[in-house]
Amino acid sequence: MTDDDVFRALADSSRRALLDRLHARNGQTLGELCEGLAMSRQAVTKHLGILEQANLIATRKEGREKLHFINPVPIAEIADRWIRKFERPQLDALAALKRDLEGERE
Amino acid sequence: MTNPTSRFVYVTYIRTTPELLWAALTDAERNKLYWLGAWQRSDWTEGADWAIVRGNGELADSGQILEIEKPRRIVIRWLNHMRPELEAEGFARCVIEIEQVEGAVKLTVDHSIEVADSQLIQAVSGGWPKILSNLKSLLETGEVLLS
Repeated sequence: MTDDDVFRALADSSRRALLDRLHARNGQTLGELCEGLAMSRQAVTKHLGILEQANLIATRKEGREKLHFINPVPIAEIADRWIRKFERPQLDALAALKRDLEGERE
Repeated sequence: MTNPTSRFVYVTYIRTTPELLWAALTDAERNKLYWLGAWQRSDWTEGADWAIVRGNGELADSGQILEIEKPRRIVIRWLNHMRPELEAEGFARCVIEIEQVEGAVKLTVDHSIEVADSQLIQAVSGGWPKILSNLKSLLETGEVLLS
């Protein structure tokens, strides 16, 4: 898996939504990931395959179940390579300002 | 999952051999090159004591080797001592697996604890990606990115 694989995998809102769901609750089955999504099981399976190919998710067998986990390793590498080297304090300040202006609270 | 478990899985692919990766994981002197200033202390036999020691000699984590199969699999019983609230969560389980795949070696670290919303698992989720990125970099280029 290359940087291209990672960025291609991330360049799709459905796949980002799947990563968000795993970020909210790690270690879900295919069935759990499909719940409440306006996507067919086949489409979710295909997206998960692309995410796993890019190493953005890892899978573990648990009995008869296959669990999906968000893999923080390539995400941390991209953050180091593409974000931290730029002006991090300024980006943090801008992100805080945006949160304030948009009224979001953590 | 209905049982209260916190779990993170980390995967990296390294262009090396399982034997070299095993040595980097289990040799204290090699650990010191990439483990963010710490190293593991163990005889690496089943049932042996295991610890992570920081550069200043402080004991960061301790436990035992539950399973070991060179150069493929290590299971560690893992108790953190760095913060009282992490120690209070009790023992975690860390499974390390090495698998030869086409053109690389797949390293999986599966760290879990039977505690909901574990602070330990949250805390190590900041450390593992850095350690594994450093390890990959060390084995592939001879240099680490973060010290």
